[in-house]
Amino acid sequence: MYDTINHLIFGWYPYVCLTVFLVGSWFRFDREQYTWRTGSSQLLRRRQMMWGSNLFHIGILIIFFGHVIGLLTPIWVFDALGIGHGFKQIMAIIVGGLAGLACLVGIALLTHRRLFDDRIRKTSSFADIAVLLLLFAQLLLGLATIPVSMGHLDGHEMVRFMTWAQGIFTVKPDVWQVVADAHPIFKAHLFLGMTIFLVFPFTRLVHVWSAPIWYLGRRGYQVVRSNGARKGTPTGRYPIHPAE
Amino acid sequence: MSHFLDRLTFFSRAGEKFSDGHGITTQEDRRWEDGYRKRWQHDKIVRSTHGANCTGSCSWKIYVKGGIVTWETQQTDYPRTRPDLPNHEPRGCARGASYSWYLYSGNRVKYPLVRKRLIKLWREARATHTPVAAWASIVESPDKRATYTKKRGHGGFVRASWDEVTEIIASANAYTAKTYGPDRVLGFSPIPAMSMVSYAAGSRYLSLLGGVCMSFYDWYCDLPPSSPQTWGEQTDVPESADWYNSGFLILWGSNVPQTRTPDAHFYTEARYRGAKSVVICPDYSEASKFSDMWLAVKQGTDAALAMAMGHVILNEFHVKRQVPYFEDYIRQYSDMPMLVRLVKQGDGYVPERQLRASEFVDGLGEDNNPEWKTVAFDSANGDRVVAPQGSVGFRWGEKGKWNLEEKDSAGNDTKLRLSLEDIKDDTLAVSFPYFGNQEHDHFTGTDHPSVLVRNIPVKKLALKDGETIVASVYDLFLANYGVDRGFGGEHIAKTYDDCEPYSPAWAEKITGVPRDQIIQVAREFASNAEKTNGRSMVIIGAAMNHWYHCDMNYRGVMNMLIMCGCVGQSGGGWSHYVGQEKLRPQSGWLPLAFGLDWSRPPRQQNSTSCFYAHTDQWRYETLDTKEILSPTAPEGPWDGSLIDYNARAERMGWLPSAPQLETNPLDVAKQAKAAGKDVKDYVPDALKSGDLELSCHDPDNPKNWPRNMFVWRSNLLGSSGKGHEYFLKHLLGTSHGVMGKDLGETGCSKPEDVAWHDEAPEGKLDLLVTLDFRMSTTCVYSDIVLPTATWYEKNDLNTSDMHPFIHPLTGAVDPLWEARSDWDIYKGIAEKFSEVAPEVLGVEEDVVLTPIQHDTPLEIAQALDVKDWKRGECEPIPGKTMPDVTVVERDYPNLYKKFTSLGPLMEKLGNGAKGMAWNTEHEVEGLKHLNGEVLETGPTQGLAKIETDIDAAEVILYLAPETNGEVAVKAWESLSKTTGREHAHLALPKEDEKIRFRDVVAQPRKIISSPIWSGLESEKVCYNACYTNVHELIPWRTLSGRQQLYQDHLWMRAFGEALCVYRPPIDTRSVKPVIDQKPNGEKQIVLNFITPHQKWGIHSTYTDNLLMLTLSRGGPIVWISEIDAAKADIVDNDWVEAFNSNGALVARAVVSQRIKEGTIFMYHAQEKIVNVPGSETTGNRGGIHNSVTRAVLKPTHMIGGYVQLSYGFNYYGTIGTNRDEFVIVRKLSKVDWLDRPDSSTPTANPLSREAAE
Repeated sequence: MYDTINHLIFGWYPYVCLTVFLVGSWFRFDREQYTWRTGSSQLLRRRQMMWGSNLFHIGILIIFFGHVIGLLTPIWVFDALGIGHGFKQIMAIIVGGLAGLACLVGIALLTHRRLFDDRIRKTSSFADIAVLLLLFAQLLLGLATIPVSMGHLDGHEMVRFMTWAQGIFTVKPDVWQVVADAHPIFKAHLFLGMTIFLVFPFTRLVHVWSAPIWYLGRRGYQVVRSNGARKGTPTGRYPIHPAE
Repeated sequence: MSHFLDRLTFFSRAGEKFSDGHGITTQEDRRWEDGYRKRWQHDKIVRSTHGANCTGSCSWKIYVKGGIVTWETQQTDYPRTRPDLPNHEPRGCARGASYSWYLYSGNRVKYPLVRKRLIKLWREARATHTPVAAWASIVESPDKRATYTKKRGHGGFVRASWDEVTEIIASANAYTAKTYGPDRVLGFSPIPAMSMVSYAAGSRYLSLLGGVCMSFYDWYCDLPPSSPQTWGEQTDVPESADWYNSGFLILWGSNVPQTRTPDAHFYTEARYRGAKSVVICPDYSEASKFSDMWLAVKQGTDAALAMAMGHVILNEFHVKRQVPYFEDYIRQYSDMPMLVRLVKQGDGYVPERQLRASEFVDGLGEDNNPEWKTVAFDSANGDRVVAPQGSVGFRWGEKGKWNLEEKDSAGNDTKLRLSLEDIKDDTLAVSFPYFGNQEHDHFTGTDHPSVLVRNIPVKKLALKDGETIVASVYDLFLANYGVDRGFGGEHIAKTYDDCEPYSPAWAEKITGVPRDQIIQVAREFASNAEKTNGRSMVIIGAAMNHWYHCDMNYRGVMNMLIMCGCVGQSGGGWSHYVGQEKLRPQSGWLPLAFGLDWSRPPRQQNSTSCFYAHTDQWRYETLDTKEILSPTAPEGPWDGSLIDYNARAERMGWLPSAPQLETNPLDVAKQAKAAGKDVKDYVPDALKSGDLELSCHDPDNPKNWPRNMFVWRSNLLGSSGKGHEYFLKHLLGTSHGVMGKDLGETGCSKPEDVAWHDEAPEGKLDLLVTLDFRMSTTCVYSDIVLPTATWYEKNDLNTSDMHPFIHPLTGAVDPLWEARSDWDIYKGIAEKFSEVAPEVLGVEEDVVLTPIQHDTPLEIAQALDVKDWKRGECEPIPGKTMPDVTVVERDYPNLYKKFTSLGPLMEKLGNGAKGMAWNTEHEVEGLKHLNGEVLETGPTQGLAKIETDIDAAEVILYLAPETNGEVAVKAWESLSKTTGREHAHLALPKEDEKIRFRDVVAQPRKIISSPIWSGLESEKVCYNACYTNVHELIPWRTLSGRQQLYQDHLWMRAFGEALCVYRPPIDTRSVKPVIDQKPNGEKQIVLNFITPHQKWGIHSTYTDNLLMLTLSRGGPIVWISEIDAAKADIVDNDWVEAFNSNGALVARAVVSQRIKEGTIFMYHAQEKIVNVPGSETTGNRGGIHNSVTRAVLKPTHMIGGYVQLSYGFNYYGTIGTNRDEFVIVRKLSKVDWLDRPDSSTPTANPLSREAAE
């Protein structure tokens, strides 16, 4: 039974989440363009936004990219670069911990604001509140793993999770066994993390896809979006009328 | 196909660069733009406008998409003006553009609403009673009645069906008519011109019922009584396009860009053309930016400024040098040459009334109305005395001589003498009253004596009653201005720097405007008029008219215009823009609106006097009549309080009275029959004997209370109700903020003629019904709220002073939810009334008392003296010394049938207005074809139908000369008979033109020139008031037939206003009783309370509109100066409270340099339903601007039976002035939103929760 549950959660659940995450995002992008937005409430109340939002976003971006790089970079790359597992783990604890604390302060402010500011609370959807609490919980779990990690600074636990994550992406059916006997906090953290991917398309989190990073590499200061109608490109099906 | 896939264009992306790589061309998907494209797509565009009483009357395109009104934009299809004149459009403003928000807003009234406690009582009673008996069982039980009347404004509305609410209303009306009289059913709706069919719906119902339509123009204080006094005309003004023809424009207390937004472009264009602009107002207003010169006059002292300018003009353009144009103008078009009797008073003489032909031994050969013909010296014929044509005596009883040709009645040419200087018998000292020495805590005065003695040339004439000394108005007028003509006298300025009454130096002291500026403006104003034959114009707003002594402000300005020959000239004259009072097709509308096709006369009441009496504001009166009496008043017991004067005016037939008699007017005819007398004889006899008693003598007697009231197209309690808290206390009987004590409590002297009850009534109304599309303050206080169609959901007509077009309102969508148009609502009430009334009413005889009306033969009633029958000074004679008496048949079971058809009196009696009458059979015939005939058998069979709002609009358009050329020609011909001059040429070219409702829906149409108005619409001139008086020689409808500068009525002389003088504001004494009564620890300051028109709304409309709230501060605000703010430690955006004995209001403070020290501006009519906290002093929510005001009546406005001073609905009467008021202003120590449940304190917190019940 125990194995079955582990198998389902760490073997199958990741694929369910990833599928919903990708297909759902695509579906929503195509069908519900007007809902594709951050849902910012800054216009309603600026208070607690300056600190809350910035600390949260800076923190979570560091944590996110830390996880992506830390989990998905093949181990041999670290070895080739001469980065020891222990060193990597300490780095992860320090950088992740600091970013996590920043994020914690930020999300605490945002949660307080969302729940206890009447104006914000009244305009919040269930998803707005749920996703915030989910992230909060995930963050607390993530921070809670630090004391556990401090107990084995050699980094072998970390390598386990790297193996698992990369195994999922390389479609290794038995990789769930790698994490089956990990500390329950880690497992809870993994589960919640996958769940966040699962709910992603149904929440304001979709704005992550549209982060305006292309702006940074843009060529040319003036962008002319050509009128497709004249060139017979796919957009030509939609003739442009001058507005009345 | 897919937004996502379409973005995957890695291989086709061209990325073409240009401009050295600074630009890039992309091929990305542009379908997201369709969102914006669809935003502006629509299914149809419908023409409508807004009935907000803004005078804009702008034509709008209303866009409908998927059955939903989405937005509106300005129409651009007005007919072109002529070459050299800018076009009318664009017309519209931000407020109008936000209107569509209302249709779907949360504040929309969607269903019929009724007070829950009332509907509970009703349903219980209806279970066992018939409808009228059910209503009786509720209101005849004081306990039951109190359960809902005491809860007014405290929420507790529930939905009900149309059928049920109309039954309650009809039953209440029937019960009231049966028990007390139909004149206890009142209706208040203002400004018919903004939606004339909707107005007519209610007024037609009330008029057929015998109910009372209440006036509004006077109550709003938009009526300048000085206009009827001077011109015999309610108000007639140039259209805004005429500004462009002006060479010199003064904006005096008018804020054109803010309050005439769609017209302001003409002002800008006039300036491009080269007109000079002077703006006179205390604050740095939006209009001040327009000016070449801004005169920052002390508020309330405008008369002093005008008098000083007049002083300069008279001195330089009439005395030191005579301008031929000016002299000719005042000789022919003003009463300046007319003679005035001088009588001895003390050591000197005072001017009395104007001399009449009847006083000569031979009557000057005049047999017809000689006591109504004024006289003058004719210098062309050896200075004989003549009765020149055109005075009112020529208007009635004879034909062909009522005109302004320079002739006497025998047809000899005349040249009237202005000054008697060259033919004088003597020079005598004449006394003129001076009021500028009255003490006031906040206004500077001078210490000149109360009587100023000036010498003038006089003639002695041998008359019937011996030798009489006479002077000309011209000489008196100049002496009154203190112009030095070398005759001698006291306090006459030798130079402009002498501080003597009416000199520039004197005015500088009082108004704060430097004397150089006064002299410069006066000179340039007159000099421009001299060069252009009168193209100097004064645009004037209600600001100056809202002072107690407004007549002086206005007459000061009119005098300037008349002495410079500007009135009646293109680009010149008096442009008084206030409300949207110009109902252009008026004479077509009157029969529809007041049921004149079925019965005449209708019952009409001047609201100011009625509300003063029935909201018991008179019980708190602090102004003693003696304070306003002239030091040169003729002898008489000028005793009594202001309400006594009003009661006297009512019984002498001057002012209307409703309710009229203590006895039910439906019973009076029966009583007369029982006494074996004709009603016309019975009523005066019974009044004299005391068998009948006028209601005005005891307004607090339950028999005399108004019982039912309709409010529609109005926000009476949230906007125009001066003395708001008194309304709440006495008329409605609910929680209120009145803090002052009444005369009983203060021990002041009580009225003499009006009964005093120690216990003041609270809650006179049994039923208050309001029709509105939004939940206004008035709705919140009503018993029944009926959801009405918005301006985009009904068919109606709209006209304005500002342009000559007639605009429709048309339904872009059907009335939403359960809303109905006003026409359908009243039609429904009428139907239900006819159903329930037979329970108690059948065909009844109603005795109607009407005051002596202006523009009727009765207007020449009381020629030489004032006599009161009640005091035994004369006999009561209907229509002569007391109100006229008429018996009117009321066929109550057939009221609905009458409502929906055009009655037979139009064919029998014809139509007319303003003293003209014409046959209208042809038009009635036309309407039968257009609207169809009633087929159903009964009293209305074969009559033209008026079923729908469009039918009603067609009746108006078809019967009015302005919209039916054939009628216009008939009307001009009718006038020709009286004037003896041919006028029809003004309408003949348009005789075949008939403007129909569908025509104005297709495109705006200009109206046809008609004798109802004094201006013309033509290819040559813009509409300009008094144009036909000057150019067609049609007399003004005054005593002398000319512009009446000398007001000779006894009461005018008694109250010091025979000639224009400066009078400082009155002291309302509303600050002292409360100033230190309820300290809250904050510093306080006393400021003059000024309530101009605002930027973010039109009256109260739009002030609860989210778009406008977003553009402004989103709630009530008051403006104070930086200096005053510092004194009271107030910083911008603080919550402050302003209060006095009348009540209190709270608002945020806007602290601004542009406000004059000593004033607090509260732009008027900010509702108390949005963002208003509680008041610390009253414990109630906020208060509105009228919470701190109280109406104070003025005796001179009550005069009647005297030509131009006779009563007319919205034409003459008392006005609701409110600017003499002061308030205590201080910071709120704590902002309390009163957002607790109010069960613990039932009297506090009236507006907090609608559904608390």
